[in-house]
Amino acid sequence: MIELENVSKSFTLHNQGSAVIPVMEQVNLRVNAGECVGLVGASGAGKSTLMRLIYGNYLAASGRVMVGDLDVAQAEPRQIIALRRETLGYVSQFLRVVPRVAALDVVAEPLLAVGTDQVKARDKAASLLAELNIPERLWSLSPTTFSGGEQQRVNIARGFAYDYPALLLDEPTASLDAKNRATVLRLVEGAKARGTAIIGIFHDEAARDQVCDSFVDVSAFSPRVAA
Amino acid sequence: MGAQMKEQDMTPLLQVNGLTKMYGPRIGCKDVNFDLYPGEVMGIVGESGSGKSTLLNAMAGHHAPDRGEVVFDTRTDGPVDTLTMSEPERRMLGRTDWAFVHQHARDGLRMSVSAGGNIGERLMAVGGRHYGEIREQAADWLGRVEISDTRIDDRPSAFSGGMQQRLQIARNLVTGPRLVFMDEPTGGLDVSVQARLLDLLRSLVREMGLSAIIVTHDLAVVRLLADRLMVMKDGYVVESGLTDQVLDDPQHAYTQLLVSSVLQV
Repeated sequence: MIELENVSKSFTLHNQGSAVIPVMEQVNLRVNAGECVGLVGASGAGKSTLMRLIYGNYLAASGRVMVGDLDVAQAEPRQIIALRRETLGYVSQFLRVVPRVAALDVVAEPLLAVGTDQVKARDKAASLLAELNIPERLWSLSPTTFSGGEQQRVNIARGFAYDYPALLLDEPTASLDAKNRATVLRLVEGAKARGTAIIGIFHDEAARDQVCDSFVDVSAFSPRVAA
Repeated sequence: MGAQMKEQDMTPLLQVNGLTKMYGPRIGCKDVNFDLYPGEVMGIVGESGSGKSTLLNAMAGHHAPDRGEVVFDTRTDGPVDTLTMSEPERRMLGRTDWAFVHQHARDGLRMSVSAGGNIGERLMAVGGRHYGEIREQAADWLGRVEISDTRIDDRPSAFSGGMQQRLQIARNLVTGPRLVFMDEPTGGLDVSVQARLLDLLRSLVREMGLSAIIVTHDLAVVRLLADRLMVMKDGYVVESGLTDQVLDDPQHAYTQLLVSSVLQV
């Protein structure tokens, strides 16, 4: 479902003497349907960078980034927009929302975007928010006013509202209490059982071992420093 | 965000080819090319004088460009270059399938006519004749842009800046356009009023399946509203792509400067 071949990434800083900073090279990675691959490696090794390359907010310098039958590295904006709507979900570490939109609508939005009717979308959103222990009195409020942990759970609910065939999870269990962590892991396992291909970053080792089928150490993709 | 639109091989709603506008020897905008598909929202950013408003006005037919084509997929005749249309045809397009939201609401409203009249006028321009129905639709649209229908007979001069802007949007959208041009729609408004307007624009775009081109210098606005982004400098498009890709991984020196100049809050 997700396959990277010989992907490399560098940043060119035009305003700092056009310095070229290579950050990754020779990335090869494959995730099948129903499989969860955990990204490991020290902080700064490029785990989140790799996710952004797959989601398309970073441009690969070379190589192929296949999600389904689309090469994200070469795709037109509208193809990536369609991919994100119908195929590829992403739970980032930070929730970014329009101020004033109710939490319930934030969570229902991915369903509405694929044409699910209002009532069904809101029912699904409500059940996810309840499962993640967001008190019902907060549902009609904008998550911009929520605590960090609550925002994170809203973000997770939004990521799991629609059943994407492929899913990127950037630290979905960080700073959650045991009960909510267990809920998130149950959601991940449910998605796997439905055949979703998942790439995840989990700092928590127990969580990682519970849901991941294999691991990829991203430090292996660090560019070799010329001796 | 093309809600229910499927990615069938559809015709672009708008195709801009080689659009160039000169002011004497000075470049307004040069060789601009892009396709806009139904349901897409595109942002155009750049500093003052970068040519973004010149480009918007040239596309919308407010002034004649020197070269290029602005091909619109019309309901009746398919793709037609709007620059070669007759004046009445273009004016009709401006009242039906196209809408233009000005930065200053007073440029897009008739200040001496009531709020209801401002909305009704556009309906009458496309053949609406039944007074009761027009008034009913005007009241409905005031509600959609969150203006109490008790204000229907008030003149826009009695409205706050944010309300005037929402009224301008209602006046523009009442005829169900397919393409909306917006010039700094949130410029000059308080941030709290901006947020409300952004939320409103987003839901209207989704519900009506609109395509829109939004000129702004506010990167936060494009991140929330636009699927795609074009960055302009000195009349040229220096970078374009998916909005979050251009903002998160800018490739051009000028875009990198622009993105890194934003104050974090």
